[in-house]
Amino acid sequence: MNSSPWIILLAPFIATFVITLITERFKKLSSYISVGAVAISFVFSVFVFFGHDTSGSFNWIDLGVFQVKIGYLVNDLTKLMLLVVSGVGLLIHIYSIGYMADDSGRSRYFAGLSLFMFSMLGIVLADNFIMMFIFWELVGVSSYLLIGHWYFRPAPPDAANKAFLANRIGDFGFMLGILLVWSASGTVSFGALSQHWSTLGLDPTFMTVTALLIFCGAVGKSAQFPLHVWLPDAMEGPTPVSALIHAATMVAAGVFMLTRTFFLFQHSPIALTVVLWIGLLTSLLAALMATQQDDIKRILAYSTLSQLGLMVAAIGLAVPQAAMFHLFTHAFFKALLFLGAGSVIHSLHHEQNIWQMGGLREKMPRTFWTFLIGTLALIACPPFAGFWSKDAILASASGNTPAFLAIAAVTFLTAFYMARLFVVAFLGEPRSDHARHAHESPPVMTIPLLLLAIPACLAGFPFVASFFIRVPEHEGSPLGAIAVSLLAFAVGAAGGFYLYRDRNKDEIDIPLFEHKFYIDEFYSSLIKWTVDLLANISGFFDRWVIDGTIVRGLGGLTWGSGFALRFLQIGNLQAYAFLFGAGVILLLYLVKFPTK
Amino acid sequence: MNLLIHLTYLAPIVAAVGILLGLQPRRTATYAALIALVSALVVFLGYSRAQAGFQFESAIPLVPSWDLKFFVGVDGLSATLLLLTSIVELAAVWLAPTVESGENPYYACILLIAAGAAGAFASLDLFFFYAFHELALIPTFLMIGIWGLGNRQSVAWKITIYLSVGSIILLVGLIGLYLLPPPQARTFDIVKLQQLASTGAFAGSGSKSVFILLLIGFGILVSLFPFHTWAPQAYASAPVPVAMLHAGVLKKFGLYGLLRVALPMMPEAARHWAPLLLILLAGNLLYVGMATISQKQLDLTLGYSSVMHMGYIFLGIASYNVIGLNGAALLMLAHGLSIAALFAMCGEIRRQTGTVNYLDLGGLGTSMPTLCFIFGLATFASIGLPGFANFASELLIFFGAFKNSAPGAPLNEFQIVGTIALWGVVISTVYMLRAYRAIFMGERQARWQYVKDMPMNLGWAVILLVGALLVFGLLPRTVLDAVEPGIRLFAK
Repeated sequence: MNSSPWIILLAPFIATFVITLITERFKKLSSYISVGAVAISFVFSVFVFFGHDTSGSFNWIDLGVFQVKIGYLVNDLTKLMLLVVSGVGLLIHIYSIGYMADDSGRSRYFAGLSLFMFSMLGIVLADNFIMMFIFWELVGVSSYLLIGHWYFRPAPPDAANKAFLANRIGDFGFMLGILLVWSASGTVSFGALSQHWSTLGLDPTFMTVTALLIFCGAVGKSAQFPLHVWLPDAMEGPTPVSALIHAATMVAAGVFMLTRTFFLFQHSPIALTVVLWIGLLTSLLAALMATQQDDIKRILAYSTLSQLGLMVAAIGLAVPQAAMFHLFTHAFFKALLFLGAGSVIHSLHHEQNIWQMGGLREKMPRTFWTFLIGTLALIACPPFAGFWSKDAILASASGNTPAFLAIAAVTFLTAFYMARLFVVAFLGEPRSDHARHAHESPPVMTIPLLLLAIPACLAGFPFVASFFIRVPEHEGSPLGAIAVSLLAFAVGAAGGFYLYRDRNKDEIDIPLFEHKFYIDEFYSSLIKWTVDLLANISGFFDRWVIDGTIVRGLGGLTWGSGFALRFLQIGNLQAYAFLFGAGVILLLYLVKFPTK
Repeated sequence: MNLLIHLTYLAPIVAAVGILLGLQPRRTATYAALIALVSALVVFLGYSRAQAGFQFESAIPLVPSWDLKFFVGVDGLSATLLLLTSIVELAAVWLAPTVESGENPYYACILLIAAGAAGAFASLDLFFFYAFHELALIPTFLMIGIWGLGNRQSVAWKITIYLSVGSIILLVGLIGLYLLPPPQARTFDIVKLQQLASTGAFAGSGSKSVFILLLIGFGILVSLFPFHTWAPQAYASAPVPVAMLHAGVLKKFGLYGLLRVALPMMPEAARHWAPLLLILLAGNLLYVGMATISQKQLDLTLGYSSVMHMGYIFLGIASYNVIGLNGAALLMLAHGLSIAALFAMCGEIRRQTGTVNYLDLGGLGTSMPTLCFIFGLATFASIGLPGFANFASELLIFFGAFKNSAPGAPLNEFQIVGTIALWGVVISTVYMLRAYRAIFMGERQARWQYVKDMPMNLGWAVILLVGALLVFGLLPRTVLDAVEPGIRLFAK
């Protein structure tokens, strides 16, 4: 067995334990341990990237008839994800040293980050469904810890609970899917399944249902409609956490998993269609919501939702390479945008409302320019990274007109809301005292920005990208796709720029978008009228019917309440000794004089 | 080795007698619990995984004509449960409070509960298997009645009647089991009974009625739906060490009985009654789960949750295959450790604030960070997250339930209940996270500003419990490799 994958996996795991058990009091040391661990993972990921495809495993549970294996499966997909996860993760760790410098819970924070890296790297390395599920759950745990980092405020713990619960609902379907895959094939190994799944001769409906249940896992983790509600709330966590969750790790896990298990979807057109339209619906809804948000992090959160929707749609179009390509570029520019937003928030004393910002160009030049690069990459401006990968998805949809139009609409909306964000937050006059006194962040924060800006510029060029990933070849009319993409981008960006230039408040007011289509409100009342109602009925029934009437009634019949009360006064010991003695006598009697 | 097995129940019994005669209660009890734990650990580690079956047997014949003896010995399952007993015993003694009146009987009772449980798990004779459990119940009732909280007398009375009825049904079932074989073959010896079973001595028509008696009798002791209503209130009223020992250890006696006696001896009857058991355990998972969500205070939430989690263990038992049964065995250990830790910390919250009501609490995480952290770990364990033994066991139980099907066939009853169990994980998440949020998170409240972090003794006790959960959770083979050979003898 090759030891590099184990080192990649274990370094952050050990860091978590060391920080929690030993260095909790030494905050600076804890942060260095955490950064050091992810740096080790990154270095070994580079080794693995240039190495051969390998695999290896051991039995975590062995019951003879059933084994649970922990192992690694290293192929092109693994290598790419390892690099992206540990590379972007490393920059976010470094940035966190600066961002969390004043936080008293720093050790806890870095322990959480390390646990997060461990979980995410485990998903990437997993060679079977059960191991992936184990780390899948751990990602849920660590995101819960990180989102709820500021647990002494009211909003973060609520957001953490929401994220965890939404993920668990998705995982319910995921696990059910895994159980069905296993009961039909007798294996959970990706290697064996990818070869044999389509040759098992299973009922097509069964295959569709199984694929869709597995997809539930991705709906939860990648925050697709209808489980998307947790992601914007997850902004309550510290900003580097948002960058981590949104860029390279948690939400990317869903898309990665769909790519890894694409063999389940490949032969099921119905499942693919559902995946496609869930992705597009998420993408469109999120883009519309983003146009009316005022919190800089929330706008970015909705843009993440929207971009993830595109990746999921690419899976639905049966072009997982395009999804992975977009995941790859998105990891860089989204991490860049979040860290840039964090730099602004840090400098403005935790002001997050874009209408309280403005005029940051001279005061925070590095943040300004890198954020601009990130924005251009996100809105698919040529030749930045996002242009190429979004174009690949658009080109995959060229045979499917409704999907093509939906993606074009998302491109237009993305350009519009990002232009709005950029113009309002960075240009014009400062609109608050905090904005007037803004200053550039320390180098430990701006250097990661610069390092992320490079791939945000370059990673899309085919000659760069093809080094890391198999770039999908365009089918149909690439020129038409490029033209539509460019047109949508130009109209959107120009519209956003001119509508919001030199404004002090939002002139456009669309409550439906601002209130996120009232989906959260709908869920709250749904839970109130279903889960809570059922729970209260069960609780009431248990207390007053089963216990109150039946048990007490039977008890009353047998003993008579006066008799019971008298026993009480005597005390339980005698009463019990009587019963016990009676039992023993009965036993001895029956043994001595058997009735048969 | 044989001596060490005896020590697991004798050390606490001797110490209890000594304490009643006037020895310093706290120190004596701690030493006795430590001796029991070390003995159980050595037995657990010394049990040879390579060969199946019972090891370290020793017997004292008492009534040869009935083949009644005092007979102890362990296989992997009982060694695991002995370990669970002594871990929880030490934790319970460690954190037991200073009692103003009757400290000596208080500690003696704790030790007797643990000794009874250990004796029941170590016994290989049907009579002592039953008698040891009864021995543990008496101090349980006494402690609830004397040192309990709230409406303790009526609660004590209720649990006494309820569990006595269960015990009597069980007793009738056990007598039936004794009488099933032909007269010359009758024995109390569990090892001989299991050998008899393989010759088909229990295969007759009587076995179905005997099995249902055992199922109901053991079921009442384990709070199988709908015989569960004694449990939440009893745990809410019980002194903390009793809640820990009963919910964590003693309740496992019924499950152990099913795995040790009912299933291996009457496999056909077990399959015959499996559909009924599936319906009842679905009640534990779904109905009790929903009732748990509606609870407004921590002690009742934990009490109900412990009833609900019995549904998973019953599902592993109902599946009757190697995967599910191993999952059930591991979950008995895992649940025992996690619920004991949760009740311990629940008691500390009540001790400091005087309440466990969600509406009154909030923001305690700032005042008691260590307790908040360990409570969080125990919560994660309880909702079945990887890293803790609960996850590995629930995983096996799910796969065990889905094992009972033809490939690609439509859902059968095992898979339907398995799906309900899977949804139960979401239900557990809802109530445990709500509880955690309500107690520890949010803004610090002025009236709780004098709340302190947990004392050292409680800290070590819960670290012992949660640490064990982590060890068994990361390395489940330590337990499964010991349990599996015994299970393979009667299940596929």
